[in-house]
Amino acid sequence: MYAFDFVKPGTLAEASEALSHDGALPLAGGQTLIAAMKQRLNAPEKLVSLTGIPELKGVCAGDGGVTIGAATTHAAVAAQAAAYYPALAALAGQIGDPAVRNRGTIGGSLANNDPAACYPSAVLASGATIVTNTREIAADDFFQGMFTTALHDGEIITSVKFPVPQKAAYAKFQQPASRFALTGVFVAKFADGVRVAVTGASESGVFRWTEAEAALTANFSAAALDGLSVPADGMIGDLHGTPEYRAHLVKVMTKRAVVAAG
Amino acid sequence: MPKDGGIGASTKRREDLRFLTGNGRYTDDINLRGQAFAHFLRSDVAHGRINRIDTAAAAAMPGVLRVFTAADFAAVGGLPCGWCVTDKHGQPMREPKHPVLADGKVRHVGDPIAVVVAETYAQARDAAEAIVVDITELPAAINMKAALAPDAPLVHDDLPSNLCYDWGFVEDNKAAVDEAFRTAAHVTTLELVNNRLVANPMEPRVAVGDYDPWNDQHTLYTTSQNPHVIRLLMGAFVLGIPEHKLRVVAPDVGGGFGTKIFHYAEEAFCTFAAKQLKRPVKWTCSRSEAFMTDAHGRDHVTKIELALDKDNNFTAIRTETYANMGAYLSTFAPSVPTWLHGTLMAGNYRTPLIYVNVKAVFTNTVPVDAYRGAGRPEATFQLERVVDKAARELGVDPIELRRQNFIKPDQFPYQTPVAVVYDTGNYHATLDKLLEISDIAGFEARRADSARRGKLRGFGVAHYIEACGIAPSNLVGQLGARAGLYESATVRVNATGSISVYTGSHAHGQGHETSFAQVVAEMIGIDAKQIDIVHGDTANTPMGMGTYGSRSLAVGGSAIVKATNKIINKAKKIAAHLLEASEDDIELKDGKFSVAGTDKSVDWAGVTLAAYVPHNYPLENLEPGLEETAFYDPSNFTYPSGGYGCEVEVDPETGKVEIVAFSAADDFGNIVNPMIVEGQVQGGLAQGIGQALLESCVYDDNGQLLSGSYMDYAMPRADDLPMFKVDHSCNTPCTHNPLGVKGCGEAGAIGSPPAVVNAVIDALHRAGHTHVTHIDMPLTPARVWAAINGN
Amino acid sequence: MAKLTMTVNGRTLSADAEGRTLLSDFLRGGLGLTGTHVGCDTSQCGACVVHVDGQAVKSCSMLAHEAAGSTITTIEGMANADGSLSTLQQAFQDHHGLQCGFCTPGMVMSAAALLAENPKPTEAEVRHHLEGNICRCTGYHNIVKAVLAASGQDVSGVGIAAE
Repeated sequence: MYAFDFVKPGTLAEASEALSHDGALPLAGGQTLIAAMKQRLNAPEKLVSLTGIPELKGVCAGDGGVTIGAATTHAAVAAQAAAYYPALAALAGQIGDPAVRNRGTIGGSLANNDPAACYPSAVLASGATIVTNTREIAADDFFQGMFTTALHDGEIITSVKFPVPQKAAYAKFQQPASRFALTGVFVAKFADGVRVAVTGASESGVFRWTEAEAALTANFSAAALDGLSVPADGMIGDLHGTPEYRAHLVKVMTKRAVVAAG
Repeated sequence: MPKDGGIGASTKRREDLRFLTGNGRYTDDINLRGQAFAHFLRSDVAHGRINRIDTAAAAAMPGVLRVFTAADFAAVGGLPCGWCVTDKHGQPMREPKHPVLADGKVRHVGDPIAVVVAETYAQARDAAEAIVVDITELPAAINMKAALAPDAPLVHDDLPSNLCYDWGFVEDNKAAVDEAFRTAAHVTTLELVNNRLVANPMEPRVAVGDYDPWNDQHTLYTTSQNPHVIRLLMGAFVLGIPEHKLRVVAPDVGGGFGTKIFHYAEEAFCTFAAKQLKRPVKWTCSRSEAFMTDAHGRDHVTKIELALDKDNNFTAIRTETYANMGAYLSTFAPSVPTWLHGTLMAGNYRTPLIYVNVKAVFTNTVPVDAYRGAGRPEATFQLERVVDKAARELGVDPIELRRQNFIKPDQFPYQTPVAVVYDTGNYHATLDKLLEISDIAGFEARRADSARRGKLRGFGVAHYIEACGIAPSNLVGQLGARAGLYESATVRVNATGSISVYTGSHAHGQGHETSFAQVVAEMIGIDAKQIDIVHGDTANTPMGMGTYGSRSLAVGGSAIVKATNKIINKAKKIAAHLLEASEDDIELKDGKFSVAGTDKSVDWAGVTLAAYVPHNYPLENLEPGLEETAFYDPSNFTYPSGGYGCEVEVDPETGKVEIVAFSAADDFGNIVNPMIVEGQVQGGLAQGIGQALLESCVYDDNGQLLSGSYMDYAMPRADDLPMFKVDHSCNTPCTHNPLGVKGCGEAGAIGSPPAVVNAVIDALHRAGHTHVTHIDMPLTPARVWAAINGN
Repeated sequence: MAKLTMTVNGRTLSADAEGRTLLSDFLRGGLGLTGTHVGCDTSQCGACVVHVDGQAVKSCSMLAHEAAGSTITTIEGMANADGSLSTLQQAFQDHHGLQCGFCTPGMVMSAAALLAENPKPTEAEVRHHLEGNICRCTGYHNIVKAVLAASGQDVSGVGIAAE
């Protein structure tokens, strides 16, 4: 790693101030950023830890939804959100491994927007709202392609507000080495329709499979997807799978998510 | 029941105490006073001409002691190759220079260009970024067959092509083999890839060089499987340091699997730099660096043909293999696709005619060398796959086709057509045992259950032979080895009867400190706790060749037996004197010397004390003291064998393969510690299953390493594997070493890959996907899905 | 450089550390606790797992300064007060759950975290929980067996071939 100054503010206001300077980067759980810094792929002058700010942590339910503090770890979401949004909790419990889940945070995952990360699929499929220190951003506006989001420099995610669907499930097919999603599909059925979000598969990052959403809104069953297919164009091709394979997996995982959602 | 601490007992490992409490002493745990840190600047292109290296800015950075380049190594040698293969025309292989630091050209991603030594590791790395390197990138030779094309880029400009050697074995058999194929009733042909692997011991490599100017004494602490070999290669061939001025210490080593056999540039660098700087110099490899510097394994492309007569008897085997050497010849690389591979092509079968052709190829990739099994997994995989394919083509049971062609129990010793003579074995017994423990009778019911859940179940077997305990030195000398392959032991009995055994073998997970002590305890009849096993330091152990090729017990253990027998013989002389009896009448049992037919006796400690306090002692005939050294050079390889059975479930929607059961029935000869043997098999199975399903080291066409970390190189995890059923009750002891042992370290990795692939093909065929005759490893979900769908 | 203080294995310890110092490097280099190992640089292998305030974390993926004031347990702090092996450590020895020993510290720390939250895990739960700890020697068979045994479950029939 390159040398940097480390600060760990205790309040959001202090963190905002610290991040307002050029060369400052926020550090959440660090499960991606620290690995990248070890490879010298990032060179912040100042690293501002967000893990010491109590107001960024916690899971609370109300108004038909669940709000999760941005610095809440995956392990905490898996444990604390289970009563309110089981599918989301189950997804959190599949990220990385237990030690990674004890450090990694939802805010960090979303800000990084890795195209194979799990959380973006839940956020997009749920139609969640990303709350920052300056504004609220709808999920449909937040994800802007792999590793790209609507966040401005210095902007801090403070929480994520999830509406809780009637039914939902996440079906993940693991990339065998990294255990990220080779393809992961989150299906959420709301009173006014179904949303389907796919991670791991597309070169454009997480995306909504609108044809499946329409079919499932009409008939929430795996059979409703039978006639559909996802084009391989734009899907990721790498060591672990061709674009055709990923396109195929999108459908298989969507079906499995629908079945799991019940 | 064997007694605890003796031969045959599952004695708990004494080394575990330090490992379980964080008190192991691995090389990276060694921090010498005043040590500086080395960071290697490595090539990020696969092939390029170095026009200029400017180190001035780096040298001026904070904490930098010195920046080294190839110019600093002008006066020293390159890294030597320890084995010279002679090609089919009788010519020696082509052997390019392997400089410590890249000289003029870089030849693979990771090739070291310069080294910064600084006060801290971070300073060294910071400064390395300030080195200016002007490189003209050249087209790279990556694919082996393309690398042999006339217009291919040359990895080494001073060689006429990228061919290292073209080897034929047995060349005199070639015409007869070709004739057998012309007259065969059936020929099965299979083209396959034995995928390139990275050994990945969990401890990355580390080297710490130290120099004492007042005694002109060099010390290297290194993560090695064979410290004496490193001392010899580095001392004699690279740095010109005589052995008495060079000590090599390999302390606790966190796994090796072959990749820590070889002598690496970083070892020579740290030893060299420590003298230049008069400071200890430490280098710790990161995992990412390991992927582009540790010697890789396997990487063969093979066409195998099997000829059968009208009764399905094997009549001939013919193979053509391209073997990747990488950019330079690693220490034992040339031996792997030749003498460790071609000599095993008979497998367990009576095939009378065999011809093996191997073309070894230089490419712009990391050097390839021995990895767990080394040559034998490649031989076993092609053979056990082609036999399975032949059975399907002929419509016969693959198990019965194997049984029909097995060497019969009464045919041992068995002279194969590929030079080696198997001393013992009973392949019918291990196959029968395998089928029993696999519960093959219940397979159909299990398959039906899988089918109800939408899964395709299959069962595959493989039977392997391997040659272990390398080897008779005079034989390997004829075959091109530039080293002897004996092993050594010094047994030092102390005055009060405790014993220190100094072995030339090295343990990096094998538990020698426990099992070697069991051997000595059994022979003398004393408590194993009285015996310590010392290894890993050239300063106190006799010249040994180290641990690889499942040789430690068969060769190193035999040396210990030999030295202990010398001790016992001398101790009997002392006992005879003390008991005033004839030496011929002295018996040793349970640590007590007695005169046969009398109640006169003296215990072990009484004799050892007399040896060192020789008041009542036959000084006129016998030297005082009780310490003996022995060197053991085996008269043959050992030949472990066994049958492996794999049961899989394939998810036809995703192509994902799950190993639902795996059974192994091995013949390792006699066994000293069954617990340790089972652990070796289980670990080997995991690596073989890893090769079959998960692991693959992949370069792109430009020579960039695509699988350069655990993010893309899939290591087997706990939830990828089942519990294993491991049996070793079918033992035919080795006839030519004193313990009757054969070696167990590599078997799991050798026998399991074809069992897995055969099981997957079986599952697909049972489900009607009979168009799938082969899938190249690793059988990733994507590949299996593509195969099912005809892509 | 800034002074950093934490409670490690019951002792309050201080040393200087740069902002970029990883917790694993601080433990190994700063405090001399070399039982915690580093086997990769992508947060995959788990050899570096320690407990920070009771939770298993990969110490190679956490800055040392993030652990300022925390209570840390490393493999050196896992034995019983009298120095004898804990039940879990003893199970690893009894069932040959280690070979080269390099992954072992992280494996023990992860397994201890599992047993703390799930005292009687199934085989599948043990395997799943240990997915972030890579062992290259054992094939995991005996590690899983050791963890099950440490939880008080009978493992006498696990994986035994017919005799």
